[in-house]
Amino acid sequence: MSRKPRPVGTSRREILAAGAGALALIVARPARATPESMADAIKAFVGEAEVREGRVTLELPALVENGNSVPLTVKVDSPMTAQDHVKRIAVFNERNPQPNVALFYLNPRAGRALVSTRIRLGDSQNIVAIAQLSDGTFWSDKAELIVTLPACVES
Amino acid sequence: MNRVLKGFAQAAWFGGALSLSIPLAFAESPLSERKSGFEFMSPESQATQQDDFSNPGMLWVAEGEALWNAKAGATGRSCAGCHGDAAVSMKGVAARYPVFFAGSGRPIDLQSRINVCRKTNQDATPFPLESRELLALSAFLGKQSRGMPITTGEDKRLEPFRARGQELYEQRQGQLNFSCANCHDGNWGRKLASSVIPQSHPTGYPLYRLEWQSMGSLQRRLRNCMVGVRAEPYPYGSQEYVDLELFLMTRARGMPLETPAVRP
Amino acid sequence: MARALINVPAKAKRGDIIEIKALMSHPMETGYRTGPDGALVPRDIINRFICTYNGEEIFSADLFPAIAANPFFSFTTIAMESGRIAFRWIDDRGQAHLETAEIAVE
Repeated sequence: MSRKPRPVGTSRREILAAGAGALALIVARPARATPESMADAIKAFVGEAEVREGRVTLELPALVENGNSVPLTVKVDSPMTAQDHVKRIAVFNERNPQPNVALFYLNPRAGRALVSTRIRLGDSQNIVAIAQLSDGTFWSDKAELIVTLPACVES
Repeated sequence: MNRVLKGFAQAAWFGGALSLSIPLAFAESPLSERKSGFEFMSPESQATQQDDFSNPGMLWVAEGEALWNAKAGATGRSCAGCHGDAAVSMKGVAARYPVFFAGSGRPIDLQSRINVCRKTNQDATPFPLESRELLALSAFLGKQSRGMPITTGEDKRLEPFRARGQELYEQRQGQLNFSCANCHDGNWGRKLASSVIPQSHPTGYPLYRLEWQSMGSLQRRLRNCMVGVRAEPYPYGSQEYVDLELFLMTRARGMPLETPAVRP
Repeated sequence: MARALINVPAKAKRGDIIEIKALMSHPMETGYRTGPDGALVPRDIINRFICTYNGEEIFSADLFPAIAANPFFSFTTIAMESGRIAFRWIDDRGQAHLETAEIAVE
């Protein structure tokens, strides 16, 4: 199905509520994340450092069946030795109510830089993962996701 | 038009074109032609169901096991106190529910049967329908039959109730005027908005639905479909749900039980 | 009643990289949802997860409302010595849930 961009601030829940004839439920909500607020959150994580593309692999399903639970895996190409390892991995999103998703702390005891979790996505959007290495450099990967609707939900 | 409304407009259109496709009588379709909802899911959701340390439904199974072993009610008896090891005593039980219950002269589903046991044998307050505890115990019992073929409907006394369940399944209802059969017999495998329509075999209940972010019963899922066609759902615990479950489980006979399943 | 499921291999060879999985029952209420009365449901999430191996931290995470309900994590560690792997989930009220698993390393 082709997908047209929707204005920020119209959530799927509000549309469902409207579909159920409950227009009165559309009320003011807290501000949502935007590409700008994601950029601010990234800046808070990396400071003035340069973020380079590469070394990080962000794995997400091609098509998300339900935004309530989206499997996410981040891998970083790193030997994970005392001299050369991943210290932190941060995950950001663009269109949830908040730009931060999770911040993982790793050390050489991990053996591998490989972390999986499940996240929520309120809408189709970009997800960014940034790894901070022990040498102070930052590396990133980005994924664009299409979030679809399940059929027959509670009103 | 937004995505959801567009989806329903399309659904209404194909519903109109489908008015002749209602099955006329119940005939068990060959096992090889039946598909569990599992087969329509993404590889990621399938992997979540299949890994017991990733499947969130297993949290309810763990809680159900604790409840099975906990003393309850005025008698201070646990489920295990009478039934012993559930892996032995409850093996295959969930796969034959709903069963005929002589006490009421009607079929009874597993959740209500657990509550009968609580009331009469433990002298304990029954758990509210859809409560965390009742879902947990049902999930724990369902898990004891995981992988076993569904055997529901062998008792001849169930026949009129199964037939009533089938009538409800084939009856058009709601503002969109759809029957269950319109979507799940006539159009399985096609899409409703962005979701694939399954054949509606209830092989994994109670199950963890990502949409609910929780475990839920078949009754909760049937209510979602009724809301979907803009019908007034029956109250929880209605005989209609038990009859529908009896029909659907009989129709799914031979398919393996998947409890606790995961669905979108 | 909080429940957790953890998966740590019971045995491993020294130096092996093992996978650890942790699943915790929690609604991870975002604070952005409205209840039936139209009012916002207060935020209630696990905001911190820590895993230690014989007392030393091997993995931890700061969590936000975008983590799915019943949070799940998998990560790796090197099997160093026999002992205890401990898991701690801390929620917005500061309450902690603790689970442990024993590992035999040869």
